[in-house]
Amino acid sequence: MAKLRVASLPRQWSQLRSAYRVFGGSSGDLHYLDQRRSVTYMPRPGDGTPRPVTLIPGDGIGPLVTGAVVQVMKAMHAPVYFETYEVSGKMDRVPQEVMDSIKKNKVCLKGGLATPVGGGVSSLNVQLRKELDLFASLVHCFNLPGLDTRHDDVDIVVIRENTEGEYSGLEHEVIPGVVESLKVITKFCSERIAKYAFEYAYLNGRKTVTAVHKANIMKLADGLFLESCRDIAKRYPSIKYNEVIVDNCCMQLVSRPSQFDVMVTPNLYGTLVANTAAGIAGGTGVMPGGNVGAEHAIFEQGASAGNVGNEKLVIQKTANPTALLLSSAMLLRHLQFPAFADKLEKAVMGVVAEGKFRTKDLGGLSTTQEVVDAVIDKLGV
Amino acid sequence: MAAQTARRCSGLVDRMMAWGSRSVAKQSILETLSASSTCQNDKSAAAPGNFTQRRSFGGETTITATLFPGDGIGPEIADSVKEIFNATQVPIKWEEFEIGKTIDPRTGSFLTWESMESVRRNGIGLKGPMTTPIGKGFKSLNLTLRKELGLYANVRPCLSIPGYKTRYDNVDLVTIRENTEGEYSGLEHQVVKGVVESLKIITRQASMRVAEYAFHYAQTHGRKRVSAIHKANIMKKTDGLFLQCCREVAEKYPDIVYEEVIIDNCCMMLVKNPSLFDVLCMPNLYGDIISDLCAGLIGGLGLTPSGNIGDNGLALMEAVHGTAPDIAGKNMANPTALLLSSVMMLQHLKIQDKADQIHKAIMKTIEEGQYLTRDLGGKSSTSEYTKAVIGNL
Repeated sequence: MAKLRVASLPRQWSQLRSAYRVFGGSSGDLHYLDQRRSVTYMPRPGDGTPRPVTLIPGDGIGPLVTGAVVQVMKAMHAPVYFETYEVSGKMDRVPQEVMDSIKKNKVCLKGGLATPVGGGVSSLNVQLRKELDLFASLVHCFNLPGLDTRHDDVDIVVIRENTEGEYSGLEHEVIPGVVESLKVITKFCSERIAKYAFEYAYLNGRKTVTAVHKANIMKLADGLFLESCRDIAKRYPSIKYNEVIVDNCCMQLVSRPSQFDVMVTPNLYGTLVANTAAGIAGGTGVMPGGNVGAEHAIFEQGASAGNVGNEKLVIQKTANPTALLLSSAMLLRHLQFPAFADKLEKAVMGVVAEGKFRTKDLGGLSTTQEVVDAVIDKLGV
Repeated sequence: MAAQTARRCSGLVDRMMAWGSRSVAKQSILETLSASSTCQNDKSAAAPGNFTQRRSFGGETTITATLFPGDGIGPEIADSVKEIFNATQVPIKWEEFEIGKTIDPRTGSFLTWESMESVRRNGIGLKGPMTTPIGKGFKSLNLTLRKELGLYANVRPCLSIPGYKTRYDNVDLVTIRENTEGEYSGLEHQVVKGVVESLKIITRQASMRVAEYAFHYAQTHGRKRVSAIHKANIMKKTDGLFLQCCREVAEKYPDIVYEEVIIDNCCMMLVKNPSLFDVLCMPNLYGDIISDLCAGLIGGLGLTPSGNIGDNGLALMEAVHGTAPDIAGKNMANPTALLLSSVMMLQHLKIQDKADQIHKAIMKTIEEGQYLTRDLGGKSSTSEYTKAVIGNL
């Protein structure tokens, strides 16, 4: 019972956050995050030992925003230290030492890796996911208090199958001018992603899981995905389950996003839904996310919209570090450092809410460093 | 020339008569054919990349168009179109077809062969919403139309309607979707138990065809930019081929800016700032998703016109919303989508003045906000709305 209560806290906060918004709370005084737990978190002896985390700064704005995280982690004396590896999307494959490091550390923080369009090089992001079997990608799209967007009732978690489907990489030219691509859906992968989505909903006090599909056209492939979701749904009677066709889903997202809670999707639809949801809630610069499997987890910007930021952001050093900072809070919570996670989250939200230091994508003029300094400032408060 | 074409087609007409085409008399067809001095079935004369119909529209010529009122609210909203066309004196004569009660073995679906012939002959049609009955042994109605008529591109102009407030204004873009292959190939199989494969097919021919149409559309509609939407960073060969075709066509249109956008990014950009886009050209599935997303931006499928384009300028315009069986026959439906589709039809036929007149009247009626149907937050009936549009003509 106690375990359940603690687990459902994040959802309660998000409800509190919404309530806070409804009552017109202003930016400076965010006491809602000061909520004390009713009972303490009792770690095992040695749980405070600093943990190694593999860090891949990546391409484009990657080094800038991962640098922000390193600074903030240092300033708050978080019990983590980074093992940094330079990896670039131009490489043929992820170097073995990087793989070894992630396998040893179990957790990794990663900036974006550029994926060349066309040509023979396969995406390093996809390689990482496949080799480490990070089968679930999670993106949390929600409104940040104090940040005005077109929609103000977004709180959606997109959980996406990450290893098969359209990303199978099986393509061939049948005859000149005719190319086939295989979409592979398996019961095994569909069931485990459905299980993860329902488990996530259960542990985070979420109410509904929506499966996104196109089974009216791809009757067998998406049909199998739906069948798996339905099977798992039966095991979670306390969580509502429904289904939506992907085109209708996108239409609903832009008109009435509040109807969605947790969404579970096959590979390709997931990235579309996540980027659409991120777009309506404030953009890819603020949405945290990660990839997780049975053994390992990689945290990164939630929705990257398939790019690593433009040159201008890199030269002017004005990339928004918010998304990756929030992903780092997710990382800290994943490592069971809840107090540090809360502290970081509170500081980041506080800076966004105050609105003094915002990057251009949020309508401000600040540089990445100015935002980082403001967050570090807030940590002490 | 006219006599010759008519003769060439008369064999076809004879066959149609033999099949029992009841709605059109042979004589009248032959007259129409001679009058318009062309025949849609005369494929030999068709040049590739010919998107406009080779019809000579004299000022007085009446054009015959096929009309499928459809199911549910279909007949009501089709009536609305007919009334408004009458009031505007649009030179169009409708050839109406209902969906059959039994399966026509010649089409393998509830749509009759005669109705398909009618669209092929007229080269132009308008279609209300249709529901395929649940069951096996026949093709879906939309699939039948697509296959029988070779409708390879779906075009949806998305334009913010002034006066109808959504979270987005200044949306003015056109989605053009490849409609015959890709993820919708229908080729799926179970490899072993619990493992299913679905084939996505991209061909050079279909990709070139839709790209050609997109650029042609952009040029003839005064649009500046064509964006190819893809996921070639993952599907390097299939989407790669699609992009390659788009690039080749783009070279022929130096006046039109060409860009490529990854679909994830496209979704994000669309919901953040839809005015970044002009014409979007997409493979099948992406087109399906993006065109519905764009419809969401301007207020839903009830306000979105749509057109399907086939070879030799054949066009079937349609309302893409559902049949709304719950309000069917209650005079409550919103005919806007079908009306706007009929405007697209007139534009396609180059009857620009009437198209503009009707379009303006619809916009004015919605902007005034006095006679809106329930789905738009008003209280008016279909017929009241129609009257208001006629009043604004």
